[in-house]
Order: sequence, then C-alpha cells, then structure tokens
Amino acid sequence: MKIIFRTILFVFLMGFITPIAYSEIFDPDKLKDEVLEEKSQEIMKKLRCLVCQNQSIVDSDAGHAKDLRNIVRQRVKAGDNEGQILDYMTSRYGDWVLLQPPFMAATALLWLSPIILLAFGVFIILRHQKKLKKISAPQNLSQDEQDQLKKILDQKNNLEEE
Amino acid sequence: MNLRKIIPLLVFAVLFAFLFRGLSLKPRVIPSVLIDKPMPQTVLPALMVSEISKTGIGFSTDQITAKGGLVLVNFYASWCPPCRIEHPALLRLQKLGYKIYGIAYKDKPEDAQNFVDNLGNPYVNIGVDLKGKAGVDWGVYAVPETFVILNGRVIYKHFGVIHEQDMEDIEALLDKAKTSQQEKK
Repeated sequence: MKIIFRTILFVFLMGFITPIAYSEIFDPDKLKDEVLEEKSQEIMKKLRCLVCQNQSIVDSDAGHAKDLRNIVRQRVKAGDNEGQILDYMTSRYGDWVLLQPPFMAATALLWLSPIILLAFGVFIILRHQKKLKKISAPQNLSQDEQDQLKKILDQKNNLEEE
Repeated sequence: MNLRKIIPLLVFAVLFAFLFRGLSLKPRVIPSVLIDKPMPQTVLPALMVSEISKTGIGFSTDQITAKGGLVLVNFYASWCPPCRIEHPALLRLQKLGYKIYGIAYKDKPEDAQNFVDNLGNPYVNIGVDLKGKAGVDWGVYAVPETFVILNGRVIYKHFGVIHEQDMEDIEALLDKAKTSQQEKK
C-alpha cells in the first residue's frame, strides 16, 4: 500500500520537474562570450515572440523568434546598449514587441488598475466597519429606559422582600 | 440606497464595454508602425536578372521613392501555403494595372523563382531577402504581408492573405489613393 502511494507521489512530482527540464531551449547560436550572451539574454527576455502566445523570444523555438534573437546578439556584440536595441525593435514592431507594456496614456488604466481596485477595496472595508461599529457600540440608556429599568428592579426587590 | 442599486449596473456596463470591444480585436494583427512613414531603406538583389533589373537590383526603396506613384510591396515565400492562396488576388491586382514588387522572404532563390514560374508572375520585380533582415526592418513577422506605398510613403499594411472578401476594401483603398495622387498632379 505504502509503495503504491509512493509511486503515485513520485509520478506526481515528476510532473513538476519536466517543464523545468525542457524550459532551456538548446540554441546553437549562443555567443561564445558568456558576458555578452548573458547581456543578450536579459534583453531577449523583454522582447515578445510575435508569432507565439505571450512568450519571450528566449522561450520560443519559432523561426521569427530566432531571427530576432540573432539580431539582438549582433547588436550586443556591436556594443549597443539595451535601450538602443529595444528602440530598434519598437521602431519596427511597435510597443507590442515589449513584453512589459510601457507606461503611457493608453496603458495608464492598465498599470493603475491594481491601485484603483485596492483603494476601492479599502474604501468598502472602511465603510463596512464603520457601520458595524455603529451597530455593536453600547449605547447609554435613555431616561425613559432608565425609569423602566428602575421600576422592574424595584418590583423584583419587593418580591424578594415579601 | 439608490447608489447601491446603480453600482452593480455600472460595473456591468463598464465590463460589458471592455469585453465587447475585445470581441472585435484581432490579437494576431499588430498595427504597423510604418503607416504614414517613408519606407525603411532597403536594397535587395534581384531574384533573376531580367530586362527591368539589368543592374541586378530587385528591390530598391530609393528607386521606388524617386519614381513616386502607387505601388504594392508583397512579402512572400514558396514555403508559405497561405501565399499560394493569396496568389490569384495578386494576379488580379496586376491585371487591374497595379505595380506589385515581390520580396522573397527567407526563401531559396530557385524555389522563389519556381513559385512564380508555376503560378504566374504578378510582380514587376522580385528582391531576395535570404535571411529575413529586410523583413525585420519592415516589421514583417509572418508572410504574406502586403504594403501599399504612395510616393515613397507607407499608407497601408495588409497582414496575411488578401482574401476574396478583402479585395473590395483593397481595391477601394487603391482607387482612393490613385485619385488623390492624380488630383495633386
């Protein structure tokens, strides 16, 4: 019984390992200079593979992603910095080629929506709490109520005395 | 109390507006940044040294800009099945008198030549973009893509196959560009 359980657990955990094992695509075009290759990789992670679904060009085996990778490498080798290379790409493919959309008028709502939603949530919670406090807060008895209470207690005392 | 009734309705309305807009978006089509800009400077060798290209140049943006007028630039490849589907549309545009330049995108020259030999040649001339470098300069990411050029400036880009149902729009666009050009003269 124990061994069956262990086998199932093992197979289950293997499922988590396989995608990691395959995530590093073999790329024959990597630069020999490790520092330059690392720099290229950093830039490539920011560029979208245009023929894929939400993948960077590092993660894709598509022909077009490969072309863009090699252009990035050539430019890094030629001494271009990250900004220059990203500019080169956006001047051809537009802002869409950047995996992280830049902050501008058209994307302001996108970037600010988490903050707006958080503020809205905080507002709702605060309002709700205020209402709760109102309900649960002990209120002083009115004069009428105090009189009534006194009457009841007096009656009770009278009964006990008798 | 009144506000409470309105808020869900408002949330629904906003969500509806965004989702409805989303329905009409085409996620595969990236708007070209070249619209209303001059063509990215490109010189490509000719696929075949023909009468027109005695110089061996198949595609030169400088030449096209110098000549002016209305031309189409079509990126194609023999390995691209949609390009075969599109081919009759290009032949029809040629028949209508439009000048189309072809760019053989990441294709073996002999294959690109066979393609037009077998299916008919709608192109005035064909440039060879062996490594796809010109394609990147033009923002091409999947063939076929077609650019409409007026006096050296990009006025329109059609992504993907020019289908039968696209022909009307394309012809209307080309017609309009032609008349606006004649009016200027």
